[in-house]
Amino acid sequence: MNGIHDLGGMDGFGPVEMEANEPVFHQPWETRVFGLVAAIAAQRVARTGEFRHAIERMDPLHYLGSPYYEHWLTGAATLLVEKGRLTREELAARAGGSFPLSRRVDPGVTVVAEPSGAAPRFAVGSSVVVRNIHPLGHTRCPRYVRGKRGIVVRIDPASSLPDVGVHSDQPCKQHVYCVRFEGRELWGESAPHAEAVHVDLWESYLEAQ
Amino acid sequence: MSASDDHHHPAPLSPVEVRAKALEDLLVEKGVVAPGVIDAVVDAYEHDIGPLNGARVVARAWADPVYRQRLLADGTAAIAEFGFGGPEGEHIVVVENTPTVHNVVICTLCSCYPWPVLGLPPNWYKSAPYRARMVREPRRLLSEMGLDLPTSVEVRVWDSSAETRYMVLPERPAGTDAMSEEQLAALVTRDAMIGVARP
Repeated sequence: MNGIHDLGGMDGFGPVEMEANEPVFHQPWETRVFGLVAAIAAQRVARTGEFRHAIERMDPLHYLGSPYYEHWLTGAATLLVEKGRLTREELAARAGGSFPLSRRVDPGVTVVAEPSGAAPRFAVGSSVVVRNIHPLGHTRCPRYVRGKRGIVVRIDPASSLPDVGVHSDQPCKQHVYCVRFEGRELWGESAPHAEAVHVDLWESYLEAQ
Repeated sequence: MSASDDHHHPAPLSPVEVRAKALEDLLVEKGVVAPGVIDAVVDAYEHDIGPLNGARVVARAWADPVYRQRLLADGTAAIAEFGFGGPEGEHIVVVENTPTVHNVVICTLCSCYPWPVLGLPPNWYKSAPYRARMVREPRRLLSEMGLDLPTSVEVRVWDSSAETRYMVLPERPAGTDAMSEEQLAALVTRDAMIGVARP
């Protein structure tokens, strides 16, 4: 989905605020939420991709206006309700009012993809172009590289294509390629020279150039 | 909060604190998670798993050229020689800074980060400004963050969009030839291993 989480290349957010000697956690509730999500993950209540997608489905204003671990809290609560471990009513009653959850998103037509063959389709040095895809469900193909040309610099072991694996119990394993994009390909002729971005992309996201 | 809050009593919980407590209490009551598991995970990331791990790896690579080659060829395996591994570290690629190449790591879509060597990411790494801007104007943003790079140095950004997690191997500072591995490790900062600073 073209969600609020897909931030690469946006303008207007201002400076990066760094904190000297930052603690691992700032507030006790953040500590508990981190531990809670790690414990849920260890017990395989949900897959990592499902958790990411639950965060991506937060209301965009809530996402931008809340601290990081509130994303985790909202995503985890949403998944647990959707998987029948808790009810929305139980959460609201215990929280003494509203407990905002992420929206359900209907991915529409499920992404159709085939597992990779044993041999990678592209080689290191291959010219590729990222397909202009806009799946309504989960994807790990950032908007800022769609339609852009790059060069494969590394091939990683096949792993589950998130676009399928988050919406199905049947993983679709594909090779993953680290693709180098020149800054000017991504951001136009006014972008400085000698800047490049590498993005790790599943085989279905790519076509031969 | 009202103006009549009595400061001698504990502050009432904020809405997010109430929600976090609600979720934890419900999951513990239902037996979905055991409270001891949460405590153990938190303790590990507060005390054991942090950037000192990565600093030891970098120092070894500086001190031992053969280890450095292993680290660049297969980061996961070379890091495992220290006993470091686990969640968010199943496939680590180490990218090397040189006099002509500077590397910097990001996750534009969420907050992917090499936990076994760097611990949990700082807030700025997960923030909208960093995720939005580091792919679009890396040299300018690095400069804003205190790292000025000459235009002769190519900037390579690594967006952690799939299963690989990245760590930067910084350049060994000049004048450190006589230092032990332990002394070298003390020079290596978290920010240098993300790529927004130099040691």
